[in-house]
Amino acid sequence: MIDAVVSPFIEFAFMRRALVGCLALSLGAPPIGVFLMLRRMSLMGDAMSHAILPGAAIGYLLAGLSLFAMSLGGFAAGLAVALAAGLVARSTVLREDASLAGFYLVSLALGVLIVSVRGSNIDLLHVLFGTVLALDDAALILVAGIATISLAVLAVIYRPLVLECFDPQFLRSASSLSSPTHLIFLVLVVLNLVAGFQALGTLMAVGIMLLPAIAARFWAEDISAMVLVAVLLAFAASLSGLLLSYYANLPTGPAIILLAGGFYLLSMLLGSRGGLIYRLVPRRHLEA
Amino acid sequence: MKNRLVVQIGLALLVLLGLSGGADSADKVKAVASFSILGDMVRQVGGERVEVVTLVGPDGDAHVFSPTPADAKMLAGAAVFFVNGLGFEGWMERLEKSSGFKGKTIVASEGVKPRTMVEEEGGTPETITDPHAWQDLANGKIYAANIRDGLIATDPDGKSVYEANAAKYLDAIAKEGEAVKEAIGKLPPERLRIITSHDAFGYFGAAYGLEIIAPEGVSTESEASAQDVAKIIRQIKAEKIPAVFIENITDHRLLDQIARETGAKIGGTLYSDALSGPDGPAPTYLDMFRHNIGTLTAALSS
Repeated sequence: MIDAVVSPFIEFAFMRRALVGCLALSLGAPPIGVFLMLRRMSLMGDAMSHAILPGAAIGYLLAGLSLFAMSLGGFAAGLAVALAAGLVARSTVLREDASLAGFYLVSLALGVLIVSVRGSNIDLLHVLFGTVLALDDAALILVAGIATISLAVLAVIYRPLVLECFDPQFLRSASSLSSPTHLIFLVLVVLNLVAGFQALGTLMAVGIMLLPAIAARFWAEDISAMVLVAVLLAFAASLSGLLLSYYANLPTGPAIILLAGGFYLLSMLLGSRGGLIYRLVPRRHLEA
Repeated sequence: MKNRLVVQIGLALLVLLGLSGGADSADKVKAVASFSILGDMVRQVGGERVEVVTLVGPDGDAHVFSPTPADAKMLAGAAVFFVNGLGFEGWMERLEKSSGFKGKTIVASEGVKPRTMVEEEGGTPETITDPHAWQDLANGKIYAANIRDGLIATDPDGKSVYEANAAKYLDAIAKEGEAVKEAIGKLPPERLRIITSHDAFGYFGAAYGLEIIAPEGVSTESEASAQDVAKIIRQIKAEKIPAVFIENITDHRLLDQIARETGAKIGGTLYSDALSGPDGPAPTYLDMFRHNIGTLTAALSS
């Protein structure tokens, strides 16, 4: 049993690299996902992953298949959309979700336009998005670097971020940290999506960010515990997804995300904090 | 009242005459080819009499092509449409219908003996027709002959021109076939094994005695699983396969990873489904073979 788990990683360097990349991503992205979920911005990850596309496409068209140019382009495009949406939400009547929808659709359309005007119909999804099985040194350093930055920055803005999640009005009235916290958080969201999509593909990037986070909601009440559970679930999904892909001959990215999705469904049923079964089974009241 | 009717009919007739006059003045036969390799062949056979447009241009991937309205418009104005067939252009039938194309559709691969290939999707192997028939120059001759007949049927006046061009072209294809056989014959037989990222070389391998191993299925759309990659790495190590080749259209990162892990050589770019641009190494069908053979010899002879 242990041999079945360990041997693919001993025999093949690409499996080790895939595992390291996935673990680094699992360390950085799920905590961001927890905060996205608590702030009711779960769908923002998906929208942002589309917003990144035109920047990465421009990077690709200008510099070819360069990890640096594509990441930088994706980061710039994602950030521009996130900031513009945040700014509009804070200065007009539009809510953040609506303004985000507006900007990311424009961004996506622009991306498709840029690519089509160049006249090449190379399958962009194939070129722009990496595959877990082909992580080279540069991609690994990018993913690990972003995970490190994102954890360090989260530690610094942790308190105001938690406050902003539960009582944004209070934070706004009591401190001037509200807007900077929000902006830094948006930067982290974009950074983690860029890391994920360069190395692993869009599906992976958003999936590994959100699925473990929403599953963790069923196991913990306190935010730091939720973050811990989310990271552990992401680790488990990464490892078991790689092994599933190896033994059952399934594409790797979807295997990892489907397992993370499986963990979510199980948590929803069995979770100790508001899981379905827990709610349906009548409990004895503690009586004095 | 009556006079006005006469004038109207007269005007209508004038307009009709004008239109037909316009059609006569466009003396070139408008032909559309589905992808760049076929486009080049039509150009060779058609020569000066034919104006050829290709839908999927150089370095494009015909497997995942999506036609634009401009493509449909172009097709609607064409007299003849050349396609590869054998399931290569999945989007073709829809485009033909939606564009209102009324000319002749010529399937260039007609008469080719199709090979099958096994594509594994979700673990269940599925046998499908391999569409990449042009990678065998003997089939290239069939293509050229079909193109010649198609052009003659569309434009009978040009019969002698097409026949002369086709005869010259068939000759050149046959000569290239001999050159390819000779070049492969010079290589050590135990090194005639390559890995390439997209198994478009089934016909090439069968015709010229080269074993082709692919890390992905027939379509560039499918994503490789960890097991696929592990199998290939084991195989390269066990059978000492000397070289890994990159095509002009697929993601090279996976191959880089395999090469890094096995120490096999990355052999350079082989052109399979699309030609390069006019300044590239493979601007025509025959240049593509010259380039591919040069690349193969360089990697396999050392």
